[in-house]
Amino acid sequence: MKNSYILEEYLKQGGYEAVSKALNKMKPEEILAEVKAACLRGRGGAGFPAGVKWSFVPKDVDKPKYLCVNADEGEPGTIKDRYIMSHTPHALLEGIIITSYCVGINTAFIYIRGEYENIAVRLENAIKEAYKQGYLGKNILKSGFDLDVYVHRGAGAYICGEETALLESLEGKRGNPRLKPPFPASIGLFQCPTVINNVETLSNIPHIILNGADWFCKQGKPKDGGTRLFGVSGMVKKPGLYELPVGVNLKEIIFDHAGGLKEGKRLKAVIPGGLSAPILTRDEIDINMDCDSLMEANSMLGSGAVIVIDEETSMVDVLKIIANFYSHESCGQCTPCRHGNVWIKKIVTRIAEGKGVKEDVDEIERIATNILGKTLCPLGDAAAMPILSIVRKFRPEIESYIGNPRQE
Amino acid sequence: MSAAFSGETMKKIKDIIDSYPDKEAALLPVLHLVQREIGSISPSEEKAVAELLNISQVRVKEVISFYTMFNRKPIGKYHIQVCSNLSCSLLGSESLIEYLTEKLGIGVGETTSDNKFTLSTVQCLGACEQAPCMMVNFNYYGKLDKNKIDIILDELE
Repeated sequence: MKNSYILEEYLKQGGYEAVSKALNKMKPEEILAEVKAACLRGRGGAGFPAGVKWSFVPKDVDKPKYLCVNADEGEPGTIKDRYIMSHTPHALLEGIIITSYCVGINTAFIYIRGEYENIAVRLENAIKEAYKQGYLGKNILKSGFDLDVYVHRGAGAYICGEETALLESLEGKRGNPRLKPPFPASIGLFQCPTVINNVETLSNIPHIILNGADWFCKQGKPKDGGTRLFGVSGMVKKPGLYELPVGVNLKEIIFDHAGGLKEGKRLKAVIPGGLSAPILTRDEIDINMDCDSLMEANSMLGSGAVIVIDEETSMVDVLKIIANFYSHESCGQCTPCRHGNVWIKKIVTRIAEGKGVKEDVDEIERIATNILGKTLCPLGDAAAMPILSIVRKFRPEIESYIGNPRQE
Repeated sequence: MSAAFSGETMKKIKDIIDSYPDKEAALLPVLHLVQREIGSISPSEEKAVAELLNISQVRVKEVISFYTMFNRKPIGKYHIQVCSNLSCSLLGSESLIEYLTEKLGIGVGETTSDNKFTLSTVQCLGACEQAPCMMVNFNYYGKLDKNKIDIILDELE
């Protein structure tokens, strides 16, 4: 709907009814039970149930608690949080207010990637409007509940989308992930209990409050409720953002909603959940897009970002982009990730130049296997998983480059 | 203080510091402000920021060197950043980067001699449905081709 980013328009569409219901008619325990029953799984990548995450925060502590909104959208292919924040920033604010009320939080930070400067300004305007209207600040809607919300800009680092790196960054440090445990729910921002949720996850909360957990579950799957915002990019006719039920078939997303492949192009492979998600070949795309179905297929739903690759694209080029990305974005703390990704990048580059040797493909597989599961944070796995999937599923194509000049 | 920030910037810095329970947390927002005012962050700005936040200069330096958006050297009036990640590459960003290097007569990472343009390649900008895309300063441009790039650059004074 047009101009929904302006509070006046948002209110005409039933805006802030969820906040009013939650703060005036529901107890925090009731909200928690509802969100748990809704099976709202994290939309940032890991797919962890939001209600369960909130329940890990200790109730009786004498320290302040914080909410950090992960708006560091950096997973290649992912565009959804940009849309939410620029088109319906108040939906996110409603989610923030209800979550904070539920968990007993009085300060929330929205950590937004620095490149989204224009959107950060829009968010700040929305926050100002909300304060003015009494949805933020002291004694919100006479409920006795206080909440302040701040926008905090990142500065260009993919790793800060990892929750503990995000906390370090918010504290004014390099974005080096922390060792877990302790988990942020007990020791997070400024050593205090902290909830970290993705933008899309929080924007679902008002719908759960207004329509109930049963309704929400029915939109998706029993253990994975609601709809998801699927960003489709690559070689399709209609790239864009599509809100569809959790569990929708991937073929339907690509061929019905995104219009199929561009004229004259044939499908080769699909990355179903952002660059970190293991690749699916064209024979593997008859699959339901929910967390569990993709996990069973040894891939992941991640951020729901679908990247469509055509037959003419060389998988060596795809590998090169992936290896280049992760070697650039590794924070450098863990040796397997810091060195392994650079090493893989060098090997892939020489294969692409026709200078590869027979052992190179095995070598990539060996290095990637040695990154997998051996790093502090999930970035190591995020690099190793797609690389391994490509090497294993497209081995003959990659091997065809060995000893050959570049194939055009 | 070796670098003089404007009165307006100093007031903003104070407001930023006040919104965090811990002064050090203001580091990234303060660096953004300083860069906006001065264009880049040299050792003299590092020192000034360190003094304002009561931290060592090396703490500021290690943060600046970690994040790609902080410029340690002056850049051109317009910073062109072209995405080189997968969705944009599938739709030809590589040839656009080549085109820009020819058009501007500079390599990636360089600035034109009149200090008007700096060209960089970047990782995913989060606008993959608009691929191939780029940023010029904080504005996004998508569905690019050579013709569109000509028009965009011509409009920049």
